[in-house]
Amino acid sequence: MFETSSIPSGTLKKSGARSISGDMVFRLLTRIASAILVLIVAGILVELLRASWMSLEKFGPGFLVSRDWNPVTQEFGALSSIYGTVISTLIAMILAVPVSLMLALFLVELAHPVVSKIVGGAIELLAAIPSIIYGMWGLFVFAPYMADHLQPALQGAAGGLPLFQGPPMGIGILTAGIILALMVLPFITAVMRDVFQMAPAVSKEAAFGLGSTTVEVARSVTVPYGMQGLIGACFLGLGRAIGETMAVTFVIGNNRSLSWSLFDAGNSIASTLANEFSEASEPMYLSALMELGLVLFGITMVIQIIAQFWLKRMARQTGRR
Amino acid sequence: MVTALAAVSAAIGIFFFGWILYVVLQKGARALTPAFFLELPAPPGVPGGGVANAIVGTLVITLGASILGVPIGMLVGVFLAEFGRHSRLAGVIRFSSNVLMGTPSIIVGMFVYATVVVRTGHFSGYAGAIALAVIMLPIIARTTEDMLHLVPHTLRESALALGAPYWKMTLGVVFRAARAGLVTGVILAVARVSGETAPLLFTALNSPNWGFPNEPMANLTVTVFNFAMSPYEDWQQMAWGASFMITVGVLIVTIISRFAMRQKAHRR
Repeated sequence: MFETSSIPSGTLKKSGARSISGDMVFRLLTRIASAILVLIVAGILVELLRASWMSLEKFGPGFLVSRDWNPVTQEFGALSSIYGTVISTLIAMILAVPVSLMLALFLVELAHPVVSKIVGGAIELLAAIPSIIYGMWGLFVFAPYMADHLQPALQGAAGGLPLFQGPPMGIGILTAGIILALMVLPFITAVMRDVFQMAPAVSKEAAFGLGSTTVEVARSVTVPYGMQGLIGACFLGLGRAIGETMAVTFVIGNNRSLSWSLFDAGNSIASTLANEFSEASEPMYLSALMELGLVLFGITMVIQIIAQFWLKRMARQTGRR
Repeated sequence: MVTALAAVSAAIGIFFFGWILYVVLQKGARALTPAFFLELPAPPGVPGGGVANAIVGTLVITLGASILGVPIGMLVGVFLAEFGRHSRLAGVIRFSSNVLMGTPSIIVGMFVYATVVVRTGHFSGYAGAIALAVIMLPIIARTTEDMLHLVPHTLRESALALGAPYWKMTLGVVFRAARAGLVTGVILAVARVSGETAPLLFTALNSPNWGFPNEPMANLTVTVFNFAMSPYEDWQQMAWGASFMITVGVLIVTIISRFAMRQKAHRR
């Protein structure tokens, strides 16, 4: 473990009076900046609570399980938004995690270094594409493709399942989930790649020395060694997927029905906010939307804490930082 | 078997990247006319028109966000790397920074709406810049901390031994040693927020006019959203053109800065 020795503060006092004041100003500036950061995070929580107070008081915990969303009668509940968020994120994770795992293994263990560099670069650029571009591509190109090819194929293969009922419209919860998978793929892959690179070369060489193949080494050394980091990576991806707004808003269909079919149009917390926030004129409507935001902030905060917990545990055990 | 699966996974990633890029370039290029860069948006059905105001607006809002976010973020990074290190206070700040990094950008937009837009009474380019700055803050702080950690400790001790005050040591020696990494880190963060849409929806809003920063301000990303969701074909065409601008801009900046970072790493 590399522990940096901190510089004794006595050295500062020996330099002249002018430099001490310079140091004090500098130190103070870094502290003020840090305080601003902490205040912003606290401020987000306080402001969301304050702005959603009216709705919190009126609907109570029932807000989370109510299906109502009626701006005319002023009855609001978050169930359909939470449902859409959870299901689309679930689809994204089911698709993205195995592919990311394989992709990270490919980049670290299997591919030729030159191939690994090129593929890795392309995956990094996939992460750089702004969310709204995924939305444009999703709505105008991918959704029609879903309606014409993928959805009929799914119905042909498993048409009896309640998951694939209804007309293939292209947009809907499934399409949103697939695009989300694509968006979180580079993030999960990047963290997993770092995790795999931490596996000690000695252990890998020992396994190779015993006659293991590359795949066996990956399965019995690299993956188990980094398991905690891999879990952390999944939670980081989950946090991103759950709050993703623009791409989902374009393709999820913005409908408030609750159905088993993944082909149905739905809505997520983020898409509801993006669509309705600027239209909300009545205080109660705005307050209910603020409460939706509060729910989303709460969820992502918990996920972030869990992700950091696993990544830190991994870092501690491997002796880094 | 696993090797084949891994190769297929890589192919999936490349395939979708290529598909998206191809569509944006192909559809976007058709919208790029001189008028696109020089004129204000035209009503649907009227030929011509452009998004000149949105291009300027995005540049102004991003610049404003950088002026606010970069120095504050760097100071936080300096505190974490040079002063706080393993203290409990640094732990609190690192935790807050991670939470903010994981906060959905639309939540940041709502926060700025509640604090700035509601209090000033109107949507504004300033509010948009503040929202983007908040998103930038934790990214810059993390990059700065990481880059400063890479600077060898002996360098700091040498500077202090020569009698340099702490601030001079940090700015003149440590920052200089970490310069390349800091610059690329900052550019990557700026590129990332310049493509953000959700935080601008309730802050900068959009505008069909040129607009000053204290008014609702046009910007490329919200323009894409509004035009793409409209039923008019010529507006949707404009949205593709704006998408082209955003994608090409962000990708070129990202590629150049990553390439520069690698070159630097090789020379070491």
